[in-house]
Amino acid sequence: MSARVRLGRRHPEPPGRQDGRTGRDRRSARSSVLRLAALTGASALALSATLATPLNPTPQQAEAKEGKKVLTVAVAQSVDSLSPFLAIRLSSTGVNRLMYEYLTDYDPGDNHAIPGLATKWKPSADKLTWTYTIRSGATWSDGRRVTAKDAAWTFNKMMTDEAAATANGSFVANFREVTAPSPTELVIELKKPQATMAALDVPIVPEHVWSKVKDLGKFNNDKKFPVVGDGPYVLTDYKPDSYVRMEANKTFWRGAPRFDELVFKYYKDGDAAVAALRKGEVSFVSGLTPAQSASLGHQSDIKVNDAPGRRFYALAVNPGARTRNGTPMGDGDPSLRDPRVREALFRAVDRKALIDKVFQGHAVEGAGYIPPRFSTYFWKPSADQARGYDPARAARLLDEAGYKKNGAGKRLGKDGKPLDYRLLCHATDPNDKAAGQYLKEWWGKLGIGVTLDCLDNVSDPWLAGTYDLAFDGWSVNPDPDYVLSIHTCAALPATPKETASTDNFICDKQYDELYARQLAEYDPARRAGLVKRMESRLYDLGYMNVMAYPNAVEAYRTDQIAKIRTMPAKAGNIYGQDGYWSWWSAKPAASDGSSDGSGSTGVVIGVVAGVVVLAALGTVLALRRRATAGDRE
Amino acid sequence: MSTGTDPVPLRETLPAPAAKDTTKETRAHTTTAYLRYVAGKLAGAAVSLLAVLVTGFFLFRLIPGDPVRTMTGGRPVSARQLAAYRREFGLDLPLWHQFTDYCGKALTGDLGTSYQFRTPVLDKITEALPNTLLLTGTAFVLYTALGITLGTRSAWRHGRLGDRLNTGLALTLYSVPSFWLGLLLIIVFSVGAGPVPGLFPTGGMESAGTSGFAHVTDVAHHLVLPVLTLVAVEYGQTLLVTRSALLDEMGSDYLTTARAKGLRDDQVRRRHAVPNALLPTVTLVFVNLGRTVAGVILVETVFSWPGLGGLFYQALSVPDLPLVQGLFLFFASAVIVMNTLADLVYPLLDPRVGR
Repeated sequence: MSARVRLGRRHPEPPGRQDGRTGRDRRSARSSVLRLAALTGASALALSATLATPLNPTPQQAEAKEGKKVLTVAVAQSVDSLSPFLAIRLSSTGVNRLMYEYLTDYDPGDNHAIPGLATKWKPSADKLTWTYTIRSGATWSDGRRVTAKDAAWTFNKMMTDEAAATANGSFVANFREVTAPSPTELVIELKKPQATMAALDVPIVPEHVWSKVKDLGKFNNDKKFPVVGDGPYVLTDYKPDSYVRMEANKTFWRGAPRFDELVFKYYKDGDAAVAALRKGEVSFVSGLTPAQSASLGHQSDIKVNDAPGRRFYALAVNPGARTRNGTPMGDGDPSLRDPRVREALFRAVDRKALIDKVFQGHAVEGAGYIPPRFSTYFWKPSADQARGYDPARAARLLDEAGYKKNGAGKRLGKDGKPLDYRLLCHATDPNDKAAGQYLKEWWGKLGIGVTLDCLDNVSDPWLAGTYDLAFDGWSVNPDPDYVLSIHTCAALPATPKETASTDNFICDKQYDELYARQLAEYDPARRAGLVKRMESRLYDLGYMNVMAYPNAVEAYRTDQIAKIRTMPAKAGNIYGQDGYWSWWSAKPAASDGSSDGSGSTGVVIGVVAGVVVLAALGTVLALRRRATAGDRE
Repeated sequence: MSTGTDPVPLRETLPAPAAKDTTKETRAHTTTAYLRYVAGKLAGAAVSLLAVLVTGFFLFRLIPGDPVRTMTGGRPVSARQLAAYRREFGLDLPLWHQFTDYCGKALTGDLGTSYQFRTPVLDKITEALPNTLLLTGTAFVLYTALGITLGTRSAWRHGRLGDRLNTGLALTLYSVPSFWLGLLLIIVFSVGAGPVPGLFPTGGMESAGTSGFAHVTDVAHHLVLPVLTLVAVEYGQTLLVTRSALLDEMGSDYLTTARAKGLRDDQVRRRHAVPNALLPTVTLVFVNLGRTVAGVILVETVFSWPGLGGLFYQALSVPDLPLVQGLFLFFASAVIVMNTLADLVYPLLDPRVGR
């Protein structure tokens, strides 16, 4: 290489040639650089101009009028569908909750059922007929009155059209007939008594709009705006994975929201969302990590809300997976069917350490199946019932059960092989991985080996019963019927090949009896008592160890949101409530009340882009002049 | 030479007019050779596409997970409903039946319906494609122009301080994780750090509620940081390939001849050295062009850009088989098409190729 360079230096261009470099040539050289820059810019612009419009199917909306109070919320989860018949994800059902009213709402104070679209409701003496009185003053956003016929049409559609039952079909599974004898009267006849009739989380849609939809399985409700609804907000614009834009429904029967607009803006990266909050581009961020909440906690104008969560975080033991008729399936370790072994494992778990180390204090120590925020159903074991942290007793239990240590300190199973359990964990959940390491250490001291099976998708081994232990967790609704139902014998699969709704293959006759009784019990207090007995039974069975109730950690800008309602009112969360309370109640701060949606784009971009282009051009020209300096005199 | 012709004996034996025919014949043979070359490349591309079609179907069925169970996970669903989903998406059919269905429909442009979005896969792709092309296309144009320009200058001024700085910076940026660089740019130029004010949006492609010219500037505003990240990370590769190729050409006799003819150094570089050194760069450019369609998942994630990369990630996590297959087929086809185009362009740049 150096020889080539030397060759170039040894044979410089004769002076005459340098003389020959005329002004025209210089202009030519400069113009080539300019051509390159122009070509680059033009290509980029052409590309932008061509691609940004014709292929983009989403219609453009008018620019937001100045002076509007806009509340911008950072979200990460993509919308699966904006049809209330199809939407499953929290992001979509949350939007639907703002667009369409339900028959009943949940009180933000203590989660009990309160009037929504229905002002009152009552069961018949035989417990099989429910009559709802529909609010007479509610209107759809297109001005038409909301009637009982709309509700009857919605439920009937779900009962007769499989596609319409996609998201909420389970709510109507026990319905025999739904009728609307008058505009304010809705009658639902049941096949058997059902205590959850004041907790029908089904968005009621306008019949005059939805009856025109030909195929509900393919209609995503995301092309024509504004979407007719009767909730606190009206959907006015949506761009997949960019934003969901809603306008306040000024005629909402409960009162119009104080923010004029609500925008859910997408941030796929949590750190970028936090940066947006710091900057003021968004007003609210949820799902913060301990590190993020700690750093935001020190910033003025930002309030971190470290609220009791609605989830539980548990350790589940394979109880011996089986089908509904008792056919064994899966390959769970048989030693785990011994209650002494399960108790030993649970007694070796230091829940306090997990709260401190794994959740870094952003969780509450677990006990019963339903988190304490649902106070009506919250249960915890008595002192003599509780399985506290006691590794010495755990070792004794294993000895008593016949699982002795060998010379190498490993516990041996009945087959003479060392006990080595597979622990199923979610690869995407850092808490699982961290907690798994602690469990390995604690159980290792007992002489039990653990292999962490961290998978992106744990569904397959879980449903097939091919695991020994697994990290488990559910979000609990104000009405706990669903999370209780997944442990009934009826939830087991019909055959080993079939999937079912069981969570952990638990099947217990006593638990099932209690489940049936609570579902038919219309007295709230007596029903709560039965639910607590179910929790107690589940605890005693020892297949589930609820280790923690992780907090919901979120933050908002106090210079944009002056006041916002949490749920429950005392120490509750904001995002993902059972209702629309947070966004409906949010009050703009006196300063300007709206998040910075990059409004001064034109000016900033003009200045910055101009400086950048000039600097780049200047640099290229300077480089070029330097490079060709030898060619000039 | 596949033509098998030998012009020397022809010139010796045939009369003068025949020499003209020989030239025509040689051209004809060259054209035939080129056509044969083109046909070969097109056939190769078709076989590759077929392989992608088959592989895509079976490969993604190895992903653990029951798609129906996963997409309904966390909510109460009756066994009847689960069975209905399987029937709706054809998952109750034997595998070979699903495969023939998939191939037959794919050949007619029907890539199926996304499990999670209940939308035709092609619609989801055409929805996200413009966004990805806008981001990666803009970055592609910029980093290719920058890489070729700086690569050429580095090679021509080989060993000097500018060259060392250029290559050093290019290598450093090329080694930097795009995700990290993106976050750094957000912290510095979006939120603002020290004396630097927060100038650009922290993420997304557009603000809600803009239209017309304001919308164009808004999108351009959102485009700056992700494009800057991509350009910073990607231009180094083009620079290094261009520089290396040009260095190989710099000792060639034809350059000495060009100089001896009286051409200026600049002309020697632009008109002789660079065109002859472009072949590896062209390969890289076409490969990058193919990759452009696939987007850059990490940059799209950190800047929350609603493109194909993010869509692919979402599809894999379900797994949404029709969407995963459709995107895989789409990405692979883009690379195959671009590679084939590169193959077809080579003979135009270097006549020795394809004979």
